[in-house]
Amino acid sequence: MERVLMKGNEAIAEAAIMAGCRHFFGYPITPQTEVAAYMSKRLPKLGGVYLQAESEVASINMVLGASAAGVRAMTSSSSPGISLMSEGISYMAGCDLPAVIVNIQRGGPGLGGIQPSQADYFQATRSVGHGDFHVIALSPNCVQEMSDLTQSAFDLADIYRCPVMILGDGILGQMMEPVELRRIPERELPAKDWITSGTAGKRGHNIVNSLILKPEALEQSNFDRFDRYKLIEESEALCEEYMTDDADIVLAAYGAASRISKNAVLAARARGIKAGLLRPLTLWPFPKKNFAAAAAYAQAFISVEMSMGQMIEDVKLATECKKPVALCARTGGMVHSPDEILAKIISVNGGNYN
Amino acid sequence: MGDAVILVAGFGGQGILFAGKFLVYAGMLQGKHVSWLPSYGPEMRGGTANCSVIISDRPIGSPIAETPNILVVMNTPSLDAFEKSCVSGGRIFVDSSLIERKIVRDDVTGFYIPATRLADEDKLKGLANMIMVGKIIRETGICDSDEMEAALNKIVPERKKNMLEANLRAINLGYISA
Repeated sequence: MERVLMKGNEAIAEAAIMAGCRHFFGYPITPQTEVAAYMSKRLPKLGGVYLQAESEVASINMVLGASAAGVRAMTSSSSPGISLMSEGISYMAGCDLPAVIVNIQRGGPGLGGIQPSQADYFQATRSVGHGDFHVIALSPNCVQEMSDLTQSAFDLADIYRCPVMILGDGILGQMMEPVELRRIPERELPAKDWITSGTAGKRGHNIVNSLILKPEALEQSNFDRFDRYKLIEESEALCEEYMTDDADIVLAAYGAASRISKNAVLAARARGIKAGLLRPLTLWPFPKKNFAAAAAYAQAFISVEMSMGQMIEDVKLATECKKPVALCARTGGMVHSPDEILAKIISVNGGNYN
Repeated sequence: MGDAVILVAGFGGQGILFAGKFLVYAGMLQGKHVSWLPSYGPEMRGGTANCSVIISDRPIGSPIAETPNILVVMNTPSLDAFEKSCVSGGRIFVDSSLIERKIVRDDVTGFYIPATRLADEDKLKGLANMIMVGKIIRETGICDSDEMEAALNKIVPERKKNMLEANLRAINLGYISA
């Protein structure tokens, strides 16, 4: 199949279209604007709906409505915009509605900057909004995965009836790489017998709602949802293992930071230090098994993040703190150099875990 | 040649990103691993612009040309900012009609092309970037003439196909420049 050069943001949009998404609602923000721009050109020609809403709050509620009506719907934004959407995402979780939400992260907190960042890890993996809930958080690290994982995201959303987030960053959104726009085989999907698409006088009403005033019933709905989360944690975690076979020092990194970490791993190996990399493709569910296994052979871990250290908590949890976990952090739109990461590897290899 | 780690830098509006796009397509058409990363943000409108292009036989880790072996500069602030980042033995291509000073370092090779002046003289206004590209092709052999034409065909949009000939002329002008 022919490979074309595309920006990561554009690959996400094209992949969504391949996956059958015809409804996009959003509000522009750097560095994700190309997702919306691409959709605005393509969707009207496909008989779909592209709508630039008046705000992120409106966008996410339009996604909620479209999803309740049974169609594959999507929005994209960047960090501050996702914060604005958090109420709507919580409502969607409470309504058990599928949707794909893209966050091409920028530096924060607050309005922050527009350069790449990974400081929304906690937001994506703990809870994007209020209440007991998770979204599945997928982390591509190249334009090909922007295409492939976006398609998977729609399937996961439909299978588990939950919002799925693509967590990218400004580098991945803006960079061009060759991509094969291949259709990922669709997984077996459950029938959407819960949608509010009209009864045609043949069945009772379906109701999509997150208001449950009886605590017993609300508790039960949470229990049911967490049964699904358990299934997700057991079966959907994904992790790339890069040179970990004989690794003494194991780096943990995702997204853009994982690419730079690979340079550092190679540089460390050239100096005789056995370094490797674990790269989660799913941030929630976190690939705990890969990390637990690594804790048996690695001497130490280094969490390489474009944040002040957020994923490091998951690394410590998954390894049950059996080995030291050091942090190599840049934030605010600054990006590690491979040399910086290499220096950390050398330091940790020398027994300095600070 | 080994990995090409290219940084193209200048003002917004000089076609910095376009020159980068040409180079990355040329690499892709050779079946290499490639990446293209622009600087993005408010500074792109009239301020500084730069883009990283990496062409490699192996999968690409970092897409940032932190230490380029081919540096292309089209204004003085860019030379000031990036001269020190070039690897030892690297090549620096300077638009000498816009940058008055010479390269300070003696461990890199400098090529001085009055690209903006050449473009103005040959009614190729706005194509100084492709004159620089022509010189890069000449000095690095980064692509052959077939690959060059194929790459141009990829990046010149359909509605601007009349620009193809001008781009070819610009590249040729850079290629034959002393």
